[in-house]
Amino acid sequence: MIPVSRGGRRPVARPSAAAARGRRIATPYLLLLPAGAMYAVFTVYPLFRQFDISFYNWHIFPGASNPFTGLSNYSQVLHDPVVRTAALNTLLYTVITVPAQMLLGLVAAAMLTDRLPGRALWRALIFIPVVTSWVIVSYIFAYLFNAQDGLANSVASLLAGHAMHIDWLAQTWTGNAVIWLVGIWKGVGWSFVIFLAALDGMPRDLVEAGRIDGASEPVLWRKVIIPSIRPAIVFVLVLLVIGASQVFTQVYLMTQGGPYDSTQVLYTWAYQQAFTNFEFSYAAALASLIAVVVLALSVAEVQVLRRNPGG
Amino acid sequence: MARRPRPAATPGLFGIKRRRPLRLTIALAFAAVSVFPLLFMVLQSFEPPSDILSGPSLTVSHPTLSNYPAAWTANSFGQYFVNSIYVSVATVAITVAFASLAAFAFARFRFRFREVIFYIFLGSLAVPSVELIMPQYLLMSRLHLIDSLQGLVLIYVSANLPFSIFLLRGFFEAIPRELEEAFRLDGAGTLRVLSRLIMPLSAPALATVAVFTFNAAWDEFVIALTLINTPSHRTLPIGLALFIGAHDTAWGALFAGSVIATVPSILVYLLAQRWFQAGLSLGGLR
Repeated sequence: MIPVSRGGRRPVARPSAAAARGRRIATPYLLLLPAGAMYAVFTVYPLFRQFDISFYNWHIFPGASNPFTGLSNYSQVLHDPVVRTAALNTLLYTVITVPAQMLLGLVAAAMLTDRLPGRALWRALIFIPVVTSWVIVSYIFAYLFNAQDGLANSVASLLAGHAMHIDWLAQTWTGNAVIWLVGIWKGVGWSFVIFLAALDGMPRDLVEAGRIDGASEPVLWRKVIIPSIRPAIVFVLVLLVIGASQVFTQVYLMTQGGPYDSTQVLYTWAYQQAFTNFEFSYAAALASLIAVVVLALSVAEVQVLRRNPGG
Repeated sequence: MARRPRPAATPGLFGIKRRRPLRLTIALAFAAVSVFPLLFMVLQSFEPPSDILSGPSLTVSHPTLSNYPAAWTANSFGQYFVNSIYVSVATVAITVAFASLAAFAFARFRFRFREVIFYIFLGSLAVPSVELIMPQYLLMSRLHLIDSLQGLVLIYVSANLPFSIFLLRGFFEAIPRELEEAFRLDGAGTLRVLSRLIMPLSAPALATVAVFTFNAAWDEFVIALTLINTPSHRTLPIGLALFIGAHDTAWGALFAGSVIATVPSILVYLLAQRWFQAGLSLGGLR
């Protein structure tokens, strides 16, 4: 314990000016140290380690020889037909679920930004899918779309007029569609809260002025409202594209990438290669490649969206 | 609620009271679609095991509570629940503490490579859990942290730091500097300013970070699946996946277990909800 002066009047020993300056310079780095150390050890280092492994024919057993193979893992990845399917499925997932989530999120936010009876309740309910577990949601939808008497088949039977037993998750297109549906259903609430925050915070006088000038509702949205929540739109778009490129859990739990790898996405295939087929170097090359592409895309996206305020 | 007061004279986006029935209908439709699968889950959790695959069922003919004790006692589900609480609470506590320190550095200090370091953190927003799982597995086995809940916490904290730092930095920057200067004149040091001034004023942002982090840890599946071998160290998502059998699935128990597993995440969200919206709107998104 440091002795504390009683009266508070005794002059406290002051460190020299140089020491104080040194401390001021060191302070931000000290503040960053805990987070930075965790992040360096458990995120940055593994990223480089994986990149390193991707150049070897690498075995997990200690003592096994791991010959350097240069780019051969990458060439194997690029010539793998499953990678092509998985890349296409990931792209489709992105192109379909991202606009759907944004559009639905924006519509829901627009409905709730003004006073409405029960507003807080609707807002909480619409956000609930976001805070439920991917694992649970995947199983609920697997059950709704099960081949025997799932709710989806009941609805299909009702529409068709006779009993239908579609095995939704065992066919390529219906399987993919259910994967998309889960992604959209679980994601809308997230873009909804961010759009709602943006709409709530935007100044209303411009909209009012436009309305007095006789602008129609669509014109107001295109010319006034959308431009003024542009930062939120850019933020949601960038993070949703990143999120879509990371699609994994519902595919892994609902279709396991089947039938015959036709619903594989990039990360389910990488995970299967590493932990089912024990092709560690292949998985490392694939994962490194995905990371580089997604990072580059995100940076490009941010640049383009920042530079082009009209788009 | 965190509804921001708006001057009474300012009309809403659609003008006062315009199209209220239409807006209410659409809002209701969104809310209904959002909760329907979860209501369905709750409903099915009361269905007796024999009835569960006997036709389309939006109604439960012979409701029973028996799935709940069955789920709780299956494969030491109670233990998994406790494990998940431990992992999630520890992850939230450490993430909030470390992210606040780092965000304070980014928000209030000028130092060399500040933006570079910030973007190195942000870059990993593009990196999901699955991306690093293999090298993390190797790292953890070298650190003898395979199969341990502490090992999971370390990885979860690291994964949740970037978004948390990003959100908190934006919020901290919006707090007027004059307040801080007044505090410092009273002799408060950096940590005191952070813990007694900045953090209390940032309750909305901290609550938002806590909700996101809690759910990320509570829900995390693939890392726990890969790193945990010992049954008694499993977390809830792994426990739920165990109900799915190759040939027969205990749907009733699965849904009862899912209801139990959903309660804490919804509870955390509802507790934090009053700050949540403000946390998002005043954070980095302005």
